[in-house]
Amino acid sequence: MGLIIIGSTLGVYLIGNRYVQDPQVMALITLLVTAILFIIAFIVTRSFERLVEASRMKSEFISVVSHQLRSPLSNLRWVIELLMSGRFGKIEEKQTEYFKILKENNARMEELVSDLLTVSRIETAALPLKKKEISLEELIKELISEFEPFAKASNVEIEFKSESNLPKIFADPFQIRLVIENLLDNAVRYIKDKGKVEIKLGKKGESLYLEIKDNGVGIPKEDQKYIFQKFFRSENVMRYQTQGSGLGLFIAKAIVEKSGGKTRFKSEEGKGSTFWFTLPIK
Amino acid sequence: MKKILFIEDESALQKTFGDILRQESYKIISALDGETGLKLAKSQKPDLILLDLVLPKIHGFEVLKKLKEDKETKGIPVIVLTNLEGVGDVDKVLGLGATTYLVKAQYSLEEVVEKIKKALI
Repeated sequence: MGLIIIGSTLGVYLIGNRYVQDPQVMALITLLVTAILFIIAFIVTRSFERLVEASRMKSEFISVVSHQLRSPLSNLRWVIELLMSGRFGKIEEKQTEYFKILKENNARMEELVSDLLTVSRIETAALPLKKKEISLEELIKELISEFEPFAKASNVEIEFKSESNLPKIFADPFQIRLVIENLLDNAVRYIKDKGKVEIKLGKKGESLYLEIKDNGVGIPKEDQKYIFQKFFRSENVMRYQTQGSGLGLFIAKAIVEKSGGKTRFKSEEGKGSTFWFTLPIK
Repeated sequence: MKKILFIEDESALQKTFGDILRQESYKIISALDGETGLKLAKSQKPDLILLDLVLPKIHGFEVLKKLKEDKETKGIPVIVLTNLEGVGDVDKVLGLGATTYLVKAQYSLEEVVEKIKKALI
């Protein structure tokens, strides 16, 4: 900024010297231009400082709020778990049903708070990636077994095919898990009645690619350009499933990009969707 | 009977963990703020400390630092149990000498109890 001011002042002086004869007028013009440049520089610097401060405060605010929201939610979850465990007396079947409702709703709130926290970290570039060697194949198998009860209850079959002898990749297991979880959750959740989710893992050049294909409700053509936007939920999806924050795909895409990969999809309303992403091996 | 010092300002959690750990035959000592926690750690010599980070009077980071600086308490294993998950928090806590860092939102009650039991073997 300082160099620009000096350069501009010198420029004004040299150019002005050609056209203005009176040295006093020339000095006045140069002083005036310098003063204007100083004022502009001051305003720009202050604006930047305010932006940095606002970003820091936003990040701090989200961190404090999420902590304050998370604490009562985890207290509530643990108390429900304690009651359901039967450690302090047997629970009747009807009571268990209601405890399950409490637990599920609590889980929804915990998930939302966690998603909001992740989004805020993505936006303030504060999402830490703790990379290490991981086997995508093992991670997917683990996730499939975790999803099995949910898939079974939704009448969905999950099939997994992987190329053999795939190398391990260097990525953050926690974040990659979040990506696959979000895509797999959507695939199972948006299948109406009965269906199948096919997962394929393979190698393409210096990357591994993962494809998750479902025969669910699909995404209408006019909504396809918005699906990676925060809080966006397609209208046809809202007809089948009102739950969901609309943050999953935004988070998935951001994490994949931050890890050096790409996310793509194709979809047809009423036929299903295929999402795939790549991740560099090293 | 092994002694656990639980430094946590949420009385709901003090009750939940107190009840469950007493049922598991441990003796529980409660501290609702950092200052009391430090005093009880010195006077009671627990076998394990469960420490929250956001605490009144003295913050959990400072409590952990003081525990690890003091000859009398530095050998006591500390499990940090918190919902604070800021960038660098985990590294800071482990760097200060805590045994484990558990984010409350990520663990079930039974999982936390298992970690406590394991740390006391």
